[in-house]
Amino acid sequence: MSRIGVFVCHCGENIARTVDVEKVAAEAARLPGVAYATDYKYMCSDPGQNLLKNAVAEHRLDGIVVAACSPRMHEKTFRNAAKSAGLNPFLCEMANIREHCSWVHEDRDEATAKASDIVAMMVARVKKDKRLVPITVPVTKRALVIGGGIAGIQAALDIADAGHQVVLVEREPSIGGHMAQLSETFPTLDCSQCIMTPKMVDAANHPNITLHTYSEIESVDGYIGNFQITVRKKARSVIEEKCTGCGVCSAKCPQKKIPNAFDKNLGTRPAIYVPFPQAVPNTPVIDRANCTWFKTGKCGVCQKVCGPGAIDYEQEDRLIVEPVGAIVVATGFELYSITEKPKGSPIKGYGEFGHGTIPDVIDGLTFERLASASGPTGGKILRPSDGREPKQVVFVQCVGSRAREKGISYCSKICCMYTAKHTMLYKHKVHDGQAYVFFMDARTPGKSYDEFWRRAIEEEEAVYIRGMVSRLYQKGDKIVVMGSDVHVGVQVEIEADLVVLATAVQPRAGADTLAQKLGISYDSYHFYSEAHAKLKPVECATAGIYLAGACQGPKDIPDTVSQASAAAAKVMTLFAKDELEREPIVAKVNEKNCVACLYCKKVCPYGAVEEKEIRDRQGNLIRVVAYVNPGVCGGCGTCQASCPSKSVELDGYTDEQIMAMIEAL
Amino acid sequence: MHAHKENHAFEPKIVAFVCTWCTYAGADLAGTARLQYPANTRVVKFPCTGRIDPVFILRAFQKGADGVLVSGCHPGDCHYMAGNFHARRRFAAFRALLDFIGVDLNRLQFSWVSAAEGGKWVEVATELTERVRAMGPMREFRELETEEQWSGAIDTPELQAAYEAIP
Repeated sequence: MSRIGVFVCHCGENIARTVDVEKVAAEAARLPGVAYATDYKYMCSDPGQNLLKNAVAEHRLDGIVVAACSPRMHEKTFRNAAKSAGLNPFLCEMANIREHCSWVHEDRDEATAKASDIVAMMVARVKKDKRLVPITVPVTKRALVIGGGIAGIQAALDIADAGHQVVLVEREPSIGGHMAQLSETFPTLDCSQCIMTPKMVDAANHPNITLHTYSEIESVDGYIGNFQITVRKKARSVIEEKCTGCGVCSAKCPQKKIPNAFDKNLGTRPAIYVPFPQAVPNTPVIDRANCTWFKTGKCGVCQKVCGPGAIDYEQEDRLIVEPVGAIVVATGFELYSITEKPKGSPIKGYGEFGHGTIPDVIDGLTFERLASASGPTGGKILRPSDGREPKQVVFVQCVGSRAREKGISYCSKICCMYTAKHTMLYKHKVHDGQAYVFFMDARTPGKSYDEFWRRAIEEEEAVYIRGMVSRLYQKGDKIVVMGSDVHVGVQVEIEADLVVLATAVQPRAGADTLAQKLGISYDSYHFYSEAHAKLKPVECATAGIYLAGACQGPKDIPDTVSQASAAAAKVMTLFAKDELEREPIVAKVNEKNCVACLYCKKVCPYGAVEEKEIRDRQGNLIRVVAYVNPGVCGGCGTCQASCPSKSVELDGYTDEQIMAMIEAL
Repeated sequence: MHAHKENHAFEPKIVAFVCTWCTYAGADLAGTARLQYPANTRVVKFPCTGRIDPVFILRAFQKGADGVLVSGCHPGDCHYMAGNFHARRRFAAFRALLDFIGVDLNRLQFSWVSAAEGGKWVEVATELTERVRAMGPMREFRELETEEQWSGAIDTPELQAAYEAIP
């Protein structure tokens, strides 16, 4: 006979408000096998945990059900408490009567009845629980960082400085990300290049950092401490080891009229190019889609002029396997473009803003390139259409963001601040110009942020108009901006020379595909989900994978750098141990029943199932059975549900346990 | 949100078999967001929908469930890469079997609810509850259960008659 203890938590008022906790405890006490049941205000508090530990000793409990919050919240807490009371931690289960009961129901009787049912199910389950011992696995003390923007670079540098090897993978030919595109940064107006490029060089030169640029993640296998990453190094057509970065190839390339994406297509670049002069590594790449050699088989100028002989037209994509123990995902963001509706974007398009057909309607990042000293205009603010200096510039905030009717409900967070910065940069360069800003709210929380915004209005004379813009259209060489001023209560029309839209911050295209390779979750916008919004903001629900920067949600540079360092600290914590404990939720084969149909092998997503030969003492083969490698098993249980002879069982989720729960209904 | 509570003659029992990574977390999110839904669902957590044996669904019906919900990660988002695909295949075949043995398929709902879809969880749970409530209790399997364990009910008139008929 079992001796189960049931502990019903009030969670302050959170549970007790809608659930009669005393009644739940009293009913639990009557369940067969329950030796002790009680309720307490805060089970997770120190006295609550002590109550549990004492009860284990006093009532000689051999199983525990804590009816409280979600196991995703506190299962670990109570399993540790059970462990310190001398009980196997896997004999402790949680009945979720908060998230699944008290918070979602209002009727007290119904909620109480449901809570009692949930407790009864968990009591039935815990009676079938087995003592499990955590599996220890070695930790590969090497980290993978995906994305070479400021987040990835910061995380890689921190981990590398702690003495661990880091593999930094970047999709573009150069690291740097969006920060390298910015002209100046708020709230201090220091030059982005000046603070970014030294970090890029540090990352490239760091003895502990292996840099793979122009590379993508092909596949991810394994689990925390033991990932196997396949990196696709795309064919650069330039041998990195031989290239000296002299730049003669780019200078001599006859194909020079290709829009430069780094400059938001304002400038042009040759077919063999580095995206920007400070690129790291300073190794060019041949854009095969636009290269004359690759299109027609004639030309070959770059190969002829290259002194070191680094040009290799035959180069192919290479697959490199990197064993790592932890992964930091820092893939960043991209701005929504009104020019074309990106595939899969929730935004429904901006026909009222001309769908991007008006050349002098640009986005914030394009304005950064115009203002940047290393940009296509050398830092002069000039209209893309005719190269004239604009005298009236209208900035429109919240284009896409906070617009439920357009499909995005979130705030992009950085636009209020960068628009204020833009008005300043504009005023500094065009002294007789006038900046107007249409805004819904100014959201400027952050150190010295509000002061910065006030400065844009009070000292730099930007005119802030509270209201939305309903339409933009071309009239002669002007753009008419039709909007409203809700403070004055009038319609406003401004004839602008240039319009800058603060468009929504979105995750990178393909963020969902990468998430599927990594096995991490993401929200409907494809931002990656953290394990807990408040208490685990850096960790993914998938162990060993951490998040940094705007791939998790819109973020400015200070927040991104903080999160990147936090992610690095988490990686270092993991690497502080030589071995780590894994939950022993793995499948086991009952060799007596197994007939080696090996259907389990077919369905196993991890390749954890092997064939095992059973031999007698003379070494004669008796029969073959399936064997699950516990180090590789991920614990999904697909094998068990698929096994025709019911010979494989997932520890922690055995048929017995599940059936007991169903029977307790 | 604070809808007036209606009293229904019949309150169905709904068992939800969910995976821990997506739907369980989605149901947690519904709680965190304090969304309200009928108190009829009882959640059984699995690591993955791939672990869910169709026998569990039969057993749930037999043990008093009036409706069963199976929900996991969206296709392609499985934490274990492919578990939900196996589940999808398995249940496509299983539905045909249930239909064949005469279970109204409206009592069984398969859906994908991600960890970020608290609202969808509420929708799915509410919809199924309301549908099954309108359908009334699921008796067929429970009656089978009684037959299986008939020894508990020896005083039925038919049995009594049969007993007395023994010479």
